[in-house]
Amino acid sequence: MSMVPTLLSVENLSKSYGGVHAVRSVSFQLRAGEILALIGPNGAGKSTCFDMLNGQNVPDSGRINLLGEDTVGRKPRAIWRLGVGRTFQITATFPTMTVRENVQVALVSYGRQLFNLWGSTGNYAREEAGRLLDLVGMGAYAGRPCGELAYGDLKRLELAVALANQPRLLLMDEPTAGMAPRERIELMRLTTRIAREKSIGVLFTEHDMDVVFEHADRILVLNRGSLIAEGSPEEVRGNPQVRAIYLGEGLVYDARHREGAGA
Amino acid sequence: MRRRHLLGAGLAIAVTGMAGGAMAQGEIKIGEINSYSLLPAFTEPYRKGWQLALEEVNAAGGINGKKLVVISKDDGGKPADATTAANELVSSENVVMLTGTFLSNIGLAVSDFANQKKVFFLAAEPLTDAITWSKGNRYTFRLRPSNYMQAAMLVEEAAKLPAKRWATIAPNYEYGQSAVAVFKKLMSEKRPDIQWVDEQWPPQGKIDAGPVVQAVAAANPEAILNVTFGADLIKLVREGNTRGLFKNRAVVSFLTGEPEYLDPLKEETPEGWIVTGYPWYDIKTPDHDKFLKAYQAKFNDYPRLGSIVGYQTIKAAAAILAKANSTDPEKLIAAAQGLTMPSPFGEITFRKIDHQSTLGAYVGRTALKDGKGVMVNSVYRKGADYLPSDAEVEKMRPKQ
Amino acid sequence: MAFYFVQFLTGLASAASLFLVASGLSIIFGVTRIVNFAHGAFYMLGAYVAFTLTERFSGALGFWGGIVVAALVVAVIGVLVEMVLLRRIYHAPELFQLLATFGLTLMVQDIVVLIWGPDDLLGRRAPGFRGAVDFFGQKIPSYDLFLIALSPIVLGALWLLFQRTRWGVLVRAATQDRDMVAALGVNQKWLFTSVFALGVFLAALGGALQIPRDAVHHALDLRIIVEVFVVVVIGGLGSIIGAFVAAVLVSELNAFGILIFPKISIILVFLVMAVVLIVRPWGLFGRPEAAARRTPGLTVTPWRPLTANERLLSAGALVVAAMLPLVAGNYALTVGSEIAIFVIFAASLHFLMSVGGLASFGHAAYFGLGAYGVAFLAKAAGLPMIVSLLLGPLLGLLGAAVFGFFAVQLSGVYFAMLTLAFAQIVWSIAFQWVAVTGGDNGILGVWPEKWAASPANFYWLSLGIATAAVALLRVIVFSPFGYALRATRDSPLRSEAIGIDGKRVQWTAFVIAGTLAGFAGALFAYLKGSVFPDSLGISLSVDALVMVLLGGVETVSGAVIGAIVFKAASIWLVSQTDLSKLVMGGFIVLIVVAFPKGIVGTLEAIRNRRRSAAAKPVSLNSRVETAE
Repeated sequence: MSMVPTLLSVENLSKSYGGVHAVRSVSFQLRAGEILALIGPNGAGKSTCFDMLNGQNVPDSGRINLLGEDTVGRKPRAIWRLGVGRTFQITATFPTMTVRENVQVALVSYGRQLFNLWGSTGNYAREEAGRLLDLVGMGAYAGRPCGELAYGDLKRLELAVALANQPRLLLMDEPTAGMAPRERIELMRLTTRIAREKSIGVLFTEHDMDVVFEHADRILVLNRGSLIAEGSPEEVRGNPQVRAIYLGEGLVYDARHREGAGA
Repeated sequence: MRRRHLLGAGLAIAVTGMAGGAMAQGEIKIGEINSYSLLPAFTEPYRKGWQLALEEVNAAGGINGKKLVVISKDDGGKPADATTAANELVSSENVVMLTGTFLSNIGLAVSDFANQKKVFFLAAEPLTDAITWSKGNRYTFRLRPSNYMQAAMLVEEAAKLPAKRWATIAPNYEYGQSAVAVFKKLMSEKRPDIQWVDEQWPPQGKIDAGPVVQAVAAANPEAILNVTFGADLIKLVREGNTRGLFKNRAVVSFLTGEPEYLDPLKEETPEGWIVTGYPWYDIKTPDHDKFLKAYQAKFNDYPRLGSIVGYQTIKAAAAILAKANSTDPEKLIAAAQGLTMPSPFGEITFRKIDHQSTLGAYVGRTALKDGKGVMVNSVYRKGADYLPSDAEVEKMRPKQ
Repeated sequence: MAFYFVQFLTGLASAASLFLVASGLSIIFGVTRIVNFAHGAFYMLGAYVAFTLTERFSGALGFWGGIVVAALVVAVIGVLVEMVLLRRIYHAPELFQLLATFGLTLMVQDIVVLIWGPDDLLGRRAPGFRGAVDFFGQKIPSYDLFLIALSPIVLGALWLLFQRTRWGVLVRAATQDRDMVAALGVNQKWLFTSVFALGVFLAALGGALQIPRDAVHHALDLRIIVEVFVVVVIGGLGSIIGAFVAAVLVSELNAFGILIFPKISIILVFLVMAVVLIVRPWGLFGRPEAAARRTPGLTVTPWRPLTANERLLSAGALVVAAMLPLVAGNYALTVGSEIAIFVIFAASLHFLMSVGGLASFGHAAYFGLGAYGVAFLAKAAGLPMIVSLLLGPLLGLLGAAVFGFFAVQLSGVYFAMLTLAFAQIVWSIAFQWVAVTGGDNGILGVWPEKWAASPANFYWLSLGIATAAVALLRVIVFSPFGYALRATRDSPLRSEAIGIDGKRVQWTAFVIAGTLAGFAGALFAYLKGSVFPDSLGISLSVDALVMVLLGGVETVSGAVIGAIVFKAASIWLVSQTDLSKLVMGGFIVLIVVAFPKGIVGTLEAIRNRRRSAAAKPVSLNSRVETAE
């Protein structure tokens, strides 16, 4: 593993709001091809942490090294240009466009054609958009209005969009929130497969412990802004502090997982 | 796609609009444009005036035997709409001349249109000096006494006042600015000893009267020149009365004696202002009596200044058409230049040099009588006496 | 010193009515998200009804009773309007309600003249408050003191109402989060109606209280409405305290502005509004808007370029339009040119509004700048027509580049208000700076050269430029830039996350729209032969909005139809009747109710419904199976 390059390196990241420490001296690293989960109870600082990584929020102190660049203070769009794909807890797509067009816009941006007033977007990188949609299993729906999609499909679409800039890192905020259990597993399997194939690092936050323990290579546990545990799913599951915080959710996980595996 | 069909439909409406263009035998059509919807208070009496004149003209046999027809259009108070209306009148109604307009900018727009399209235009009410002087053209004539003439009439009285410290209040747009400029110039010529201690430029139609009155009072002038009118004037007078601005101060005010502006003031009418206006109740001349009787008989209402202007506009148009005995614009111009005709205010002439009529105005003082504002001690001032020398006029008018 | 104090008090007195009207507007907006353009009309009605009542019933009771009853009567009218008209269109696209209330405003302007006559009316002075109080030699009208005392009382009463009653709590909750109230199971209908009634009551009270110091006339509405928008925006939409503070601020600016800058007092207010919005985009006491909600009724039918058949049809229609000079006379051709010019103007705003999601309330600024650009070049510099026509619009471009830079930093209503402020500033400069612009008297003699002078040639020129402009805009809509712009409109979050610099994209769109508006203005100058400040004015900006909304915001080129219908109808109406405002207003209200998506939007919706009825519905659930 040590030969695999580090994509993301976070050092002593801190952020407080009016004296409340939302994130306190958090440090971790993420390597290419690695699936890293960031978990913690509500208010643990996951979202703040995430927002600082993708540029929506500026840390009070600490360093973020993303793909060799210091990204503190950079705008989300600048971070995206470095090769970071992004999905949101509540999907953010363009409802007045077709599914394909959603991907094409991202490809337009990646191709630096945003201020092209003359070309036809409909023909722009059509094959590439099709490939990305096929990759997430949405190929058959390319011509559909995005606004008509079911929620699970929107999540897949977001994934396709997030892959448009050939990212080396994916930041996924609650990728399976609001999905049916079966869809969750499906989406995460898909993500894992793509990440492994393309050697993309994935950092995701997640509430669903099934998803986390099933798919993460490594887990970071945040509580009250501080990192309290880090390690493989087994290590984290065995950590008494984590168990205390989650009030036995890990046990629930065991039971559910077996059930799911049996089905 | 449907949108283009509608383009066709839209134009079809326009096409039908111009269908009734053919001139009926034995008719002479003239076009008339005014701000009927924007300024009904001024244009309704004006309309009644020209309707009366039209009736009289046709009762007396029309224009050399042909019936005079007036086609009237609203301009909504917008110069651009006035040009559209002018165009409709000329291109599709085939009128032989244009008349009317109230606002200076609309008068100028139509005058420029007339110049471009070579159509005779008799501007009725606009006051701006530009229409006959700096932007004058050979196709445009103007009836009402201009800004300059009103100022000159007022200056004659104002110069007799002992007051040396003057303040001005005028709406901040071309009319207000040029009224103040002309008044100051003429006044300073007659009275080099006076000082201008304050000037207030409230936005037209949006005066914040309290602060304006306060500010003028703070400058402590001995006399005030007012150019505001309409709703602004009402607010100004009310605040001024309450705050005692007009107490022991002379006030000279443009147009305030016209019933249009004086009547709404009712019991708030300030006393003793020197104003130009139209004291219809006080004019005892046969010409005016005849007009007044006919007007009251027809409309059961008293005339405003607009009624005089509207009446005389059509009377003048008829006189010009009759004299020219042609509808050719060049012949109309030739007929109008120097044409003298009767009016309710006595005989008037359209000057050859600048196409301004010599219609005058009454100058007097305001007074409160039975809870109503009136003009007292008013004297008619002939327009001819209050115009600059021919040499000056020639300098101002563009060469053509 | 006494002078300044009294000047300050005078400002406070002026603030009272402004506050009443502004708080009403703010409350209505806070809960219903309606920008109630008719608020000025209700203010005016309040004054008229109060005039009638106070003339009719004498004595102190007659006067004060008349004021209150007038406000109540107008509030009842407001309730009727809300129930009959607005309720039908709450779910229409944003700003559609503005169109409806604008239509109402037009109607009311003519109706008051029909009822009360055209003359300015002078109302009674308030019994007991006729005179003035002496303050170190300065006179303060006692009615001013009454007004100064009144506004904190109203503020306090509103505060109590909102803090201490269940209804008030609901209103506050609805202001913060409309969905929450719906979730609480509150009867939203009646909440909206009652809020509208309160807002209208306050506006009418503000108007009624003016009769002892103002004249009652039929232009009161427009005089107040712009100032009230300014107050509400400076204070922060939905904030009563904000409305109060901003009303005082604006009135004091007027009171002291005339001492320091007597000639630019109107600009001052708009300058302050612009500065406030740039520094604090949500107003002094407003809260930043929560992430913009999905516009209700936003189409899910993606736009597409014309099909081959549609292209053919459009080309055919264009050919028909181009053959007009063969059959029509000069007047029809001139009207045709004017319509073509407004097609450009409306299409440019439509591009900004529907593709960019930026509803400008001051688009006339760039139209007017283009017109003035031509006038300066042709008259002052004496350049030939072609050169002026090409370079004149650059003034529009320049204006759009400068103002647009600041405006796109904002969104929604605040964007609208900042564009309005800029337009008003430009208008005021043109109106008052007589030395350069000729002021109100405009610049004359901007006539086309011989080759374009004949109505037919000018028509072809206008039609050609309009066609090119509309085609260009369509190309841009479907270009990568057009998609980037729509992306920014649809989801700022997502577009930023895929590397789109939304502000720069919107700024570019603003400049494109402004430049095209400039071209329309340039042609307009030549059509009319003259340029006047009203080609920069609010009413022209509103006309453009109406054309866009009439055509349908959610369409690619709806504004083309909107412009044709609106312009043809208004030219025709102005020519046919003095009551054009009443008829036009009624027409707009009817369209709003009958075609809540605009004319083209409704036609498209019908076509889509037919199409999807024909196509087999696909079950989304079955899809999950097949994807596995």
